[in-house]
Amino acid sequence: MSKILEQENPLVDIRNLKQYFSINVGPFQRKPLKAVDDVSFSIRRGETLGLVGESGCGKTTVGRTILHLYKPTAGEVVFDGRPIETPADIRYLRKKATMVFQDPYSSLNPRMTVSDIIGEPLDIHKAYANKAERQEQILELMDRVGLNSEHAARYAHEFSGGQRQRIGIARALALHPEFIVCDEPVSALDVSIQAQVINMFVELQQQLGLTYLFIAHDILVVRHISNRIAVMYLGKMVELADSKEIYEHPLHPYTRSLMSAVPQPDPKVARASHRIVLSGDIPSPLNAPSGCPFRTRCAYARECCAESVPEFQEVEKGHFVACHRIKEL
Amino acid sequence: MATEPLLQVEDLHTSFFTPAGEVKAVNGVSFFLERGKVLGIVGESGSGKSVTAYSIMQILAPTGKIVSGSIKLDGQELVNVGESVMKTVRGNKISIIFQDPMTSLNPTYTIGHQLVEAIMLHTNRDKKQAQERALEMLRLVNVNEPEKRIKQYPFEFSGGMRQRVMIAMALACEPDILIADEPTTALDVTIQAQILELMKSLQKELGMAIIMITHDLGVVAQMCDEVIVMYAGSICEQGTADEIFYNPKHEYTKGLMRSIPTAETAGSKLQPISGTPIDLLCMPEGCPFAPRCSNAMKICLKSPCERMRLNKDHMSACWMNVKESMENEADKPKKKKGGEKNEQNP
Repeated sequence: MSKILEQENPLVDIRNLKQYFSINVGPFQRKPLKAVDDVSFSIRRGETLGLVGESGCGKTTVGRTILHLYKPTAGEVVFDGRPIETPADIRYLRKKATMVFQDPYSSLNPRMTVSDIIGEPLDIHKAYANKAERQEQILELMDRVGLNSEHAARYAHEFSGGQRQRIGIARALALHPEFIVCDEPVSALDVSIQAQVINMFVELQQQLGLTYLFIAHDILVVRHISNRIAVMYLGKMVELADSKEIYEHPLHPYTRSLMSAVPQPDPKVARASHRIVLSGDIPSPLNAPSGCPFRTRCAYARECCAESVPEFQEVEKGHFVACHRIKEL
Repeated sequence: MATEPLLQVEDLHTSFFTPAGEVKAVNGVSFFLERGKVLGIVGESGSGKSVTAYSIMQILAPTGKIVSGSIKLDGQELVNVGESVMKTVRGNKISIIFQDPMTSLNPTYTIGHQLVEAIMLHTNRDKKQAQERALEMLRLVNVNEPEKRIKQYPFEFSGGMRQRVMIAMALACEPDILIADEPTTALDVTIQAQILELMKSLQKELGMAIIMITHDLGVVAQMCDEVIVMYAGSICEQGTADEIFYNPKHEYTKGLMRSIPTAETAGSKLQPISGTPIDLLCMPEGCPFAPRCSNAMKICLKSPCERMRLNKDHMSACWMNVKESMENEADKPKKKKGGEKNEQNP
């Protein structure tokens, strides 16, 4: 697999992406909330890029902005060599790139049958010649995600959480996409069901050659499924590296504490491990600190950290970090 | 430690009477908790772990009822003692913190008001003393600038801070037992680490016992001395954390352990438990886990297995254990592992 990953032309290339939301902060007062602030990365064909971070760090916004569910404030999304700018580009993108949502309860229309939910993208993009072909495609998709085709006429509430997530995945696969943004697809599921769905993601990737952006806050899950992992903090990317590398040798102080805070499902390891417990909370993205966003909670922060935003630079081959003091740490 | 356990739950049955029928949410749960220990209850949603806790506190929804069983706190029976006695137990002897700290705090009152209210309800302090105690508690849970914070409303607090306030409120009357119902599930990893560290240090400082209800095996490994694994309202396995993690005996626990991603599984396949959780309205005759169990035998479908003590620190309710012990006894010289899977009848 690593050979394929080495190839140069990425499937998705994100350059200086910014997404600001205008927020009411008082009567007649608006302020930009910098949900994603100058993020650049690329996703190689056939790989899974994990995106982790705490709530409010902008990871979901990155996923949605890539698909142009939000119009980017600035920056560029290049999909398969084609910059996404015009409505025609967006239509092209939406066929090739789809999304699986976090909550399998609210992301399925309760008034639609499973076959209509899965068939909706086919209807929109007119991907069939006649009714019989549509039904055939739906049943094939249901079979692919391990749903019983006899259940096609049922409604979403008749299914358990894991099965609903399968419906969501079948819908995402309907147009034979190349790229899927998976936004916390397993975090609403129980451990035993979670493993079933993770396995299915891996199998589908192998069968269909899919590329994933896998957004999650559960680092154990992300490490399992991802080739590379990117870490975000307050709208900025702080570290990006191979998943093994970033888990075993995190460089950024934030990543270090994040990795050490993961509760290990092993009592002996948990007793022996040294957690780096961060003090304080994440600052509000409305009043983000100047310079490095992490400096208010960082044990290594110096004056220089408040002055300028650290550059996101490659420190080792394939290992990117944004930290002023990376050489001294 | 004390010879008599602090809390003893025996054969607890709690049901919810719904229009669709009786839902046996807790089905014969027995365990005890010693002073100063941390007991973890793990299980998937609907396994009855929260209902067990709510039964101990007797804060069940109106449709829920303790059908039978006994709950003894320090030798005092709590089932059917009536609301007036329970009021002296709740908060004073047993406290609970919930998963979502936003919904468990009243958004229209200040933090201070709510803390003082709780303290005055359970002790005979006057308002001034209660306020002092509230400040003291906020300091204990590491809330910065408690004098300022006490006048603020819940919306001015972040999730982690709210959970600290809940802990402060729960511990204000120095309970013997703290029940924590998924206390960190709604929090981020780094905040979760803060709260878990806090709970651990407070537990050491105040010497209380904790019942930690969670679905996160990582949290259990980090916090708990003893672990109970629940499935479909009953306990399938129980033992010290080390026994449960390194020597799981029940097929469900084994499946659970196999399905968590670890360093070794990266890039390979996970081994999930097949099927979906059971519908509590139509419970099977035999072992509740049998329909999903890959090693289920005939007897598993016919009758549930009694809990069996495997050693001093370990109990399990699985026919596989019965079979193994019978095999071991029957042919001791023979090797242990042969033919574990294929045999149908023990």
